[in-house]
Amino acid sequence: MVEYLQTGGEEPAVTLDAFLEQSNATAVRLEPDEDARALIPFLDRLALIEVAFPKFRDGRGYSSARILREAGYTGELRAQGDVLVDQIAYMKRCGFDSFAPEKPLNPDDVEAALTRWPAHYQGAADGAVPIWKLRHG
Amino acid sequence: MYKYDEYDHAMVAARVAEFSDQVKRRLAGEITEDQFKPLRLMNGLYLQLHAYMLRVAVPYGTLDSRQMRMLAHIARKYDRDYGHFTTRQNIQYNWIKLEDAPAILEDLASVEMHAIQTSGNCIRNISSDQWAGAAADEITDPRPWAELLRQWSSFHPEFSYLPRKFKIAVIAANEDRAAMRLHDIGIQIVEKDGEHGAAFYVGGGMGRTPMIAPLIKDFVPLGDMLSYAEACLRVYNRYGRRDNIYKARIKILIHELGADEYRRQVEEEFAHVKSLGIDPPKAEFDRIAEQFAPPALDASAPDAIDRSDPDFAVWVDQNVAAHKVPGHAIVNISLKPIGGIPGDASSAQIDLMADLAEKYSHDELRVTHAQNIVLPHVRKADLYAVWQALDGAGLATPNLDLISDIIACPGLDYCSLANARSIPVAQKIATRFSDLGRQKELGELKLKISGCINACGHHHAGHIGILGVDRKGTENYQLLLGGSGAEDVSLGTITGPGFDEDGVVDAIERVTDKYLAERSEGERFVDTFRRVGMAPFKEAIYG
Ligand code: HEM
Ligand code: SF4
Repeated sequence: MVEYLQTGGEEPAVTLDAFLEQSNATAVRLEPDEDARALIPFLDRLALIEVAFPKFRDGRGYSSARILREAGYTGELRAQGDVLVDQIAYMKRCGFDSFAPEKPLNPDDVEAALTRWPAHYQGAADGAVPIWKLRHG
Repeated sequence: MYKYDEYDHAMVAARVAEFSDQVKRRLAGEITEDQFKPLRLMNGLYLQLHAYMLRVAVPYGTLDSRQMRMLAHIARKYDRDYGHFTTRQNIQYNWIKLEDAPAILEDLASVEMHAIQTSGNCIRNISSDQWAGAAADEITDPRPWAELLRQWSSFHPEFSYLPRKFKIAVIAANEDRAAMRLHDIGIQIVEKDGEHGAAFYVGGGMGRTPMIAPLIKDFVPLGDMLSYAEACLRVYNRYGRRDNIYKARIKILIHELGADEYRRQVEEEFAHVKSLGIDPPKAEFDRIAEQFAPPALDASAPDAIDRSDPDFAVWVDQNVAAHKVPGHAIVNISLKPIGGIPGDASSAQIDLMADLAEKYSHDELRVTHAQNIVLPHVRKADLYAVWQALDGAGLATPNLDLISDIIACPGLDYCSLANARSIPVAQKIATRFSDLGRQKELGELKLKISGCINACGHHHAGHIGILGVDRKGTENYQLLLGGSGAEDVSLGTITGPGFDEDGVVDAIERVTDKYLAERSEGERFVDTFRRVGMAPFKEAIYG
């Protein structure tokens, strides 16, 4: 699971405003107060969407991620910022597939967090089969 | 009652393991208190004035005797031999050590209980009608709907870092015993064309800006309920205010947008969410509903009650309610002995109530938002035996819904946010009005006390409400009149300048005297207040 941990280094993500204006960029960064749906017309040419978490308590990025996945985005979806090991399992369920935490995470803790849950009550953006479906086949 | 299957067990076990690990890392100093706080809160652990407080979830207020005994065991082993039943139908322990928390959670898990999402900015324990499955006036048992919501909201990945806490209540009767419209989402199960569906009221709440939830959708079919709830929450998660903790509840968002605009956004989101397939099939609802099948009650059981013991008869008249099955009754156990601490019960009392449930109430108990306990399915022929046992344990105070059946938050005796003490005020009022004849003369009178503006004691919804405030460093109490958390929901109005502890008790006496002088035939206090308005009461209080 360590491949989830990103160190950066590829094409820098541009801001949403810059992206909407010029737009041949393939990587964009979304702040918590920006509308993920503004990106929907461009999803097929984006390779990376970086969702900012300036504070771990600010949960808007979870909705942004799901909205992007629900709209069919298949590129990299990265949670960047105040990303803590205790949040990443939920983030993954919302569709994030990479994490760029400001403070490095212990890979063993990451592994433990991502494998802890035996199942999930509700459907989300990770394709996991919800418990009600397991119950009823 | 709902029984866990292998999945439910596995989920709670995983959570206990996760939290044990988090506590370990906290005790080892690997995570800071700031990082630990949201994690412990999602597991019901608050840091209070003197110690940690643990809040245990009692989903929709329903318990069996084994679970009730575990609550007694925890009080005995890890606390000071008592627990505090709360307005959210949960139980709180006030003297918990952080190191003990994982062991307590393991004990709870062994009886299918937990403290998951009893605090924190997530979807909290779902509350409901304490008479569910027994009430003569319900159209169906609301608890299967509540259980569906409980599972959907447990460990919800998108809604665990909401702007603020989120409380949902579900009822299925016209009489509202759960303060449904004072919740972030209040759901009433209603019938349309022979089918049951959920009416969604969204944006109610108490706290410093109390609001009554407007109707957002009059009928959501069962098969859409979770999608609709998801849409309501997503709009809130994205647009609820995060700049000011006091404006972060959904009620503020809906107030600022207007109910119509909020509804429009929810409908738009719902049209999208509905395509995701997150609603379970009817078979899942049926699986849950089966477990809430009514107990086998003998409808030919004798209906007569031997009232020859006058003390017993008084209790029957006040604390026993009609059951939907003839020959049976709903027993309401008051946790409000005169001069006691509202909602507190000792381990021995909790055990005794568990025994009575096992013997006389088909193994079921309920916790009420008024901080009392209910035995929902008791044969009328057994009422006398139940009363005798309760009476022997100090649990037979015949004051349900009377002025001494007071809701009070922990206040300054425990709570780090408090401005004033709640418990001593409750004790003084109950003592002043201890004469039962006088209480009965006053009739239904819901008195509710909060030790600060957060309103944990529902003071806005009290026929008489008391709010503790801090006035230049001394405890001061404001008086509110005319609130209600029932189907006639309303918010109380402040009478005027506040009082000290004894002054507020005197003021209440002047208010009740005025009521007795003004009332017309059959009027409750709140009815009289609504008819005559504040002025005569103000005059009576301040002269
Ligand atoms: C002792 C520790 C407690 C603390 C620190 C605490 C904290 C709070 C805070 C900060 C609020 C306001 C939230 C807001 O307006 O956004 C609140 C509201 C509330 N609390 Fe507590 N509380 C405590 C105990 C209790 C207890 C014992 C009960 C039940 C008896 C309770 C039930 C409630 C209820 C019903 C509300 C109102 C919900 C609403 O605003 O809609 N709390 N609490
Ligand atoms: S109302 Fe205030 S004093 Fe009372 S429990 Fe809530 S936060 Fe504490």
